[in-house]
Formats: sequence, structure tokens, C-alpha cells
Amino acid sequence: MRNILTICQKEIKSYFVSPIAYALMAIYAIVSGFFTYVAVGYFLDRSIGAAAGRGGPMDVNEWVIRPVIMNVGVISLFLIPMITMRLFAEEKRSGTIELLITSPIRDYEIVVGKWLGALAMYACILSLTALNLGVLFMFGSPDWRPVATGFLGMLLQGGCLLSIGAFLSNTTKNQIMAGAMTFGVSLLMWTFDWFTGFKSDAWAKVLAYLSLTAHFEPFSKGVIDSKDVIFYVSVIVLGLFLTTRSLESLRWRA
Amino acid sequence: MIKVEGISKRYPGHTAVDNISFEVEKGQIVGFLGPNGAGKTTTMRILTCFMPPTSGTANVAGFDVLENPLEVKRRIGYLPETPPLYPEMEVAEYLTFVGKLKGLSGDNLKKRVAEVSEKCNVADVSQKLVSKLSKGYKQRVGLAQAIIHNPDVLILDEPTSGLDPKQIHETRDLIKGLAGEHTIILSTHILPEVEQICERVVIISSGKLVATDTMESLKNRMHGSAVIGVTVETPSESGLVQEKLERVAGVSRVILKETLEGGFAFEVESLQGRRVQADLARAVVEAGWNLTELRPVSLSLEEVFLQLTATEASA
Ligand SMILES: Nc1ncnc2c1ncn2[C@@H]1O[C@H](COP(=O)(O)OP(=O)(O)OP(=O)(O)O)[C@@H](O)[C@H]1O
Ligand SMILES: [Mg+2]
Repeated sequence: MRNILTICQKEIKSYFVSPIAYALMAIYAIVSGFFTYVAVGYFLDRSIGAAAGRGGPMDVNEWVIRPVIMNVGVISLFLIPMITMRLFAEEKRSGTIELLITSPIRDYEIVVGKWLGALAMYACILSLTALNLGVLFMFGSPDWRPVATGFLGMLLQGGCLLSIGAFLSNTTKNQIMAGAMTFGVSLLMWTFDWFTGFKSDAWAKVLAYLSLTAHFEPFSKGVIDSKDVIFYVSVIVLGLFLTTRSLESLRWRA
Repeated sequence: MIKVEGISKRYPGHTAVDNISFEVEKGQIVGFLGPNGAGKTTTMRILTCFMPPTSGTANVAGFDVLENPLEVKRRIGYLPETPPLYPEMEVAEYLTFVGKLKGLSGDNLKKRVAEVSEKCNVADVSQKLVSKLSKGYKQRVGLAQAIIHNPDVLILDEPTSGLDPKQIHETRDLIKGLAGEHTIILSTHILPEVEQICERVVIISSGKLVATDTMESLKNRMHGSAVIGVTVETPSESGLVQEKLERVAGVSRVILKETLEGGFAFEVESLQGRRVQADLARAVVEAGWNLTELRPVSLSLEEVFLQLTATEASA
């Protein structure tokens, strides 16, 4: 446990001493701020119409919070490869992996420590969205539950992609390669359920089950379904397990 | 302390280390010598549990590298070929991080960071970013991280590469100072370095063990016979002097090395086990010449090394 924390601290620190953390946070602040602004603008426009008697009553949760949370899910597809690409690729390129592997710590401690560090970085970025949404609570009283579950969903989905990204970063010395592969896999997993639109055989069902969107949506509505949580947790565990195994096999090949 | 038994490391289509065995005793400094690509780094990586051997095994500080890697790692300090540094960390911060990885904590950790910084002469840059250090300082920080947990065994892959002559000297002294309490294996291309600091050498060439011996016996072994340098002051011709020396009992060969002003320098080879110095001296004096020098010539390690690795290559 101590070793995991040592590695995790070192990871967090290395994000924040380099420009990566600030660049990612700045980009995220602008993009998610824009999305929130658009959602709020749209909501205001519609609610003026609603007040004039067209359509039913308007709900902030339905019209602002949910779209914002869904959008964060999409932005994370772009963010996460940039967070994970350096995790192992950089250590392999610079040779510091030799220090980690020849230290008296276990492989899984290295992997989990790094993953937790990346998750902490991701959580820092997400907290900017919390600021955006906080404004809505200052001026109204939306239901807070979908916000809370939404964040849980974002963390779980992020954790999933981070664990896949960690694995891919361990397969190469090249950061750009690691990032590109992670982006490709994330994007595919995000869109897997498109299959069910025109196909309904077993394969389509499997792919739809693997779709991140399908598992994310309930969270944005304030619903925590154990089957979604199980899905995310299993992908995280599987990703970390594969990363640990590939760290082992790296030695047999190295 | 270290016992290597028949380790091999094979890559697809190529054997980097081929059935190497040797032993190192507690407190010894052993030089690991071999031309580029000989398999030094590979062997060291196996000893440090960075990677397992394809076959064979090694025992370090009482633990097997395959069965008990965690215990081996606790007792080993390793300086890889490229020092494993994080450029974004400050020196003291980096040493603290490594100390934690090696299991140190609290006051002891602080104390050790201060001690190794002092020992490796990096105390004055402890607040500097690693990325801002010169190559030599990076190497020293690498050495400092290797000894931070006071390991029983130190494995140093080319510890003096990239240093200036003064730093090389300091580093060698530092390594010599570490011997005794630590058992040290260091690899190098620099032969005088081995002569200066190592008690034993392990020479490998294209993955195979060529020789493992103490420095002295290695040099002797190269020449079954001893070589003696003889300088004679004489008005006579060189041929006459040479003939006279050759006639001394036990001398196998005399080579004229140099013609000096009023004299000659020879190298005299004797048969194995014969002490011919006294007879040589008497022969020279009896002939009425002056003997100005009589000393044993030892082969430089460079010559030994070339001879050993060359035979290996041509075999
Ligand atoms: N990952 C690898 N895959 C294939 N071959 C490798 C690999 N790593 C090393 N080798 C080969 O193994 C051999 C031994 O390499 P090693 O690095 O141990 O040599 P060395 O004695 O340390 O050389 P140097 O003095 O140049 O550092 C070399 O021929 C090298 O090309
Ligand atoms: Mg090497």
C-alpha cells in the first residue's frame, strides 16, 4: 500500500510540474465552459417559450445538467489518451523503468499506483465541471442526485479508459503511438452500441454491452445500476491485470 | 555473495549470454570486462532481476533471482547503463523517492539522503532539477541512488562513463571506499580502471566466459614464463650482449627492445618457474659491463584482455 502511494504521489507530481496538467485543465475549462454555456442558453430560450404557454414546464436537470454530463463523457475520450500516453512509454524511453522494476516492489503496485495517479489527474480536471454546475445551484435548486451519480459515472468511465490507456502505454516506447491507440480504442468503445441500430444478432449484443455510452447514460439520469458499476469495475480490473502481465512479459522479451 | 550458475539469455536468433558461471565473495570488487555487445549489461540485468535468464540461475546475497526476486532486490543497488533519472525532479526529491521505493522511511530516509548526497558529492546541487545537471553530476546522482539503502551488493554498469578525469578519479576512490562492506560488480571498457580498483576480473566475449581470476594470476597466466627487463651499459655490440644473456641457464628468449646511448635494453623471457635474475646480473657483471636496470615486466591488462578476447574470436 505504501509503495502504491509512493508511485501515485510521484505520478501526480509529475503531471503538475510539467505543463501537461495546466494545458489539459485550460483546454477542458474552455470546452466544457462553452458546452455549459450553450446548454444554459438553450434552456433559457426554451423556458421563455414555455412561460408563454408553448410546451410543458422545463427542468434544469433534464435540459442542462444531463447534456453537460454527457458531453463531459465525450470530452474525456480526447483527454484520457493525453493523460495516459506517458504513463509507461516515457519510463521505458528514459530507462527509469529499470529503477522501478529492480526496486523491491511488486509489479501490480507500480501499475495501480500509476493508474491512481492518472485518476487523480482526471478528477482534478472533472472538478472544473463541478464549478460550472455549482453556478446552477447558486441560482436555482436542481436535483443534486443526478449530479452526484453523474460524477460517479464519469469517474468510473474515466477509470476504465485510463486502465486501457495504461495498458496500451505499456506496449510501446512511443508516447504518440500510445496516445493514438488509446484514442482509437476509446472512440470505438464509445460508439459500439451503434451496431444495435441495424443489427440484432449475438455479436451486436456483445458489442452493445461493451459500449461505454450505454453504461454511462443511466448515471447521467441519477440512476446507479449495479450492472453498470460491475461492468466498469470489471473493465478497470481487467485493464490493470493486463498491464501487470505485460509488465512481466516485458522482461521476458526485453 | 553472488553465485552465477550457467546462465544463458537467448533472443530470437541470437544468444546474448551463453552459459556463464562465476562466483563473487563478500566484500570483493569484481571487474566485469568485455568488448561492446559482449553481454555485460544483459548479465547485470539478470542479476538485478530486471529480467530472468533463459536458462540457468543465479543466487545473490543468499536468494535465488528466479524464486525470490523481491528479497534479492532488497539487497541490491543498481546503477544501469543510463542513470534512471526523472528530469522533472529535484535531486534531493529524487533520492527521497528512490529511498521510499527501497523501503526507507521517516528520519532514517532523511539521514540516508543527506549521507549519500555527501558521499557522492551532490549535496551542493540537491535543490537543482535533475534535467539541469551536467552528465557527470547525473552519473553521481545515479550512483547515490544505487547506495541509498546501503545494499549488500552493488551492481554498477559503466559507473565512470561520461565523467571528466578528475571525476573519474573521485568516483573510483568512492567505489574503492564502498568495498568491504559492499560486494561490488562493475562493468567497464576502461582497463586501467579494473587494474586500479578491482581485485578480480571476469572477462566475457560474445556471451561466453573467457576468464575469471584475480588480477595477478591472470597476468601471470597469460605468459607461462616471467619476463624481465634488462638494461646494460656497454661499449660492445648488441649481438654479443644478446648472445651472452641467452647463454644464461633458464633463459628461453632474449629480445632487443631498444638501443640506448652507450647501451641496450632487452626483454628476457625465462622458462616457467626459473628465477634467473641473479644469474643474469652475474653474467653481465662478469663480462665487465654495467647493469643499470633489472626489473620484472608485467603484461598490461590491455594486452591480456586483447589476447584473451582475440583467441576467443578466432576460435
Ligand atoms: N532486447 C534485445 N533484443 C535482441 N538482442 C539484444 C537485446 N538487448 C541486447 N541484445 C544483444 O545482446 C548482446 C549483448 O548486449 P549487452 O547490452 O549485454 O552488451 P554489453 O556487454 O553491455 O555491451 P556494451 O559494452 O556495448 O554496453 C548484444 O549483441 C545485443 O545486440
Ligand atoms: Mg552494456
